[in-house]
Amino acid sequence: MAWVNAIIQGVLTGGLYALFACGLSLMFGVMNVVNLAHGDLAVVAGYVAIGIIAVTHVPVLASFLIVVPVMALLGYVLQRTILQGALDRSVLTTLLVTFGLSVVIENGLLQFFTANSRAIGTGLSLVTGSFKLGSQIQLGYLLVVIFATAVVVLLGLQYFLSRSKYGRLIRAVADDKEAAQLSGVDYRHVFGIAAALAFGTVALAGVAYGMYSQLQPTTGTDTILLFAFAAVVIGGLGSLWGTLLGGVVLGVAQQIGAQINISDEVLAGYIVFLAVLVLRPQGLTTRRAQS
Amino acid sequence: MTGPGNSQRLENGSPLLEVSELVVHHGQLRALDGVSLRVFPGEVYAIIGANGAGKSTLLRTISGLHHPSGGSVLFDGQDVTRLRPERRATAGIVMVPEGRRLFGSLTVEENLQVGTAYARQGPWTIERVYEMFGWMRERHGQRTAQLSGGEQQAVAIGRALVANPRVLLLDELSLGLAPVVVQRIYGMLPQILATGLTVLLVEQDVSQALRVASHIHCLLEGRTTLEARPADVTADQVEAAYFGLAGTMSEPECQVRGEGEAGGARRRAGDTARLPGGTSPAGASQPSERSERGEP
Repeated sequence: MAWVNAIIQGVLTGGLYALFACGLSLMFGVMNVVNLAHGDLAVVAGYVAIGIIAVTHVPVLASFLIVVPVMALLGYVLQRTILQGALDRSVLTTLLVTFGLSVVIENGLLQFFTANSRAIGTGLSLVTGSFKLGSQIQLGYLLVVIFATAVVVLLGLQYFLSRSKYGRLIRAVADDKEAAQLSGVDYRHVFGIAAALAFGTVALAGVAYGMYSQLQPTTGTDTILLFAFAAVVIGGLGSLWGTLLGGVVLGVAQQIGAQINISDEVLAGYIVFLAVLVLRPQGLTTRRAQS
Repeated sequence: MTGPGNSQRLENGSPLLEVSELVVHHGQLRALDGVSLRVFPGEVYAIIGANGAGKSTLLRTISGLHHPSGGSVLFDGQDVTRLRPERRATAGIVMVPEGRRLFGSLTVEENLQVGTAYARQGPWTIERVYEMFGWMRERHGQRTAQLSGGEQQAVAIGRALVANPRVLLLDELSLGLAPVVVQRIYGMLPQILATGLTVLLVEQDVSQALRVASHIHCLLEGRTTLEARPADVTADQVEAAYFGLAGTMSEPECQVRGEGEAGGARRRAGDTARLPGGTSPAGASQPSERSERGEP
């Protein structure tokens, strides 16, 4: 029964990892940007939420309504300025630029917020509350809510990309931005919208992680970015539902590892990550020949 | 025929598109060297020339994908030389790029919808494209990768048309298509022109270009070698301009700026020029043989 419990916990944690990963996957899929500052931006969103809650005493859910649009706007602006400037030089330049951004953000956070870890206090029983399934399986409300949020976010993204005008333009520009220009599409604007979407999910990921665990200035690179990468690679680059699958596989691997030996939790996840890289480098969801 | 061949065109009013002394470099290579042309409303203006003559470069520069190092592009009297491609498209210069360049992960209808996203007001709608290409309506939900080369070309043309261009640029429509498919696609041209469009096309298949064009412009190594109406030139003159064999010109109707020394050296094995036989170039109607290309 303990194994069943581990697997269920792993699946639910996978939802959180999918939230980490979907923005990274989206930005890579659309504009070929591997955003190394992805995790740090999530942490920034978490700290912004902490600040908003501390100052205005709004409930956590209300802070989402501010943090997500603010981060989305920041995404649009960053894409149209720094990232586009890097893209105009070369795709490799974006790696350097986002790495630099990551370093700057991390040290900025250390400077202003110190290295102390902080959690997002909800004031609700949501974080600590749990319910029992049967006699031995205990599920935290929070993880269930995060998993549900991840599924809703992915459904929303999927719906937006496949049905809306801008979703269509995002896919068109991802296929061939020059051909899109010939149809009058300003791909820079479309890139900005894709970045805004990605940063919106980054904000959700950061706040969710702040509620689930604790945020430190270094959490962005040592946890969020790495888990996001692992989930994206396991699931398959550029595939949205692949990030959920990848997140779930990573989560289950970690929980099973923890079941064997508590100190093996993170290691077990990376072993699966490595195995996928070696045995199935295109990821578990096969979507080859995108061009 | 009295006077220069293009004196009649000037009566159509001011040119819709005016390219002056365009110079374009690809790195060290001077791909276009002072090319000028004027396209008047309602014309079918064909640019011909061998591989590497600069035809596609010229079209891509007009649509904004290449930046000229000299010269200017005027559209309807406005200087668009510095405008981005998307701004030119919304102003009315829309190109069907070489190799079709459809959005592979989008369906047929979604490809057309991208064309309408920033479209100008005008007669062309997705519905009208479906009327012109009947098969497209039934297969609107298919990915374009499942279509044949000719069908893909039709979707690419439809995607450009629904943007309601004033001048439609067609870059090598016949590339990689079977002759019968090329005939069918060019057969649509009168329907397109009837809606008031102007067409500027690049075609390597010279007999095809002479058949459809009201004006031809021959490039050789980035320079203009011939500008004339098809009816005013003989096959020999076109051939001379195409390969750079100057000195064979006798008719005063066409301006020829050939380079003698380029000479027959241009006629190399890789050239795929098909020049029409007979004495009346405009009348040559047999399809050129491009069977080595075939359907992709």
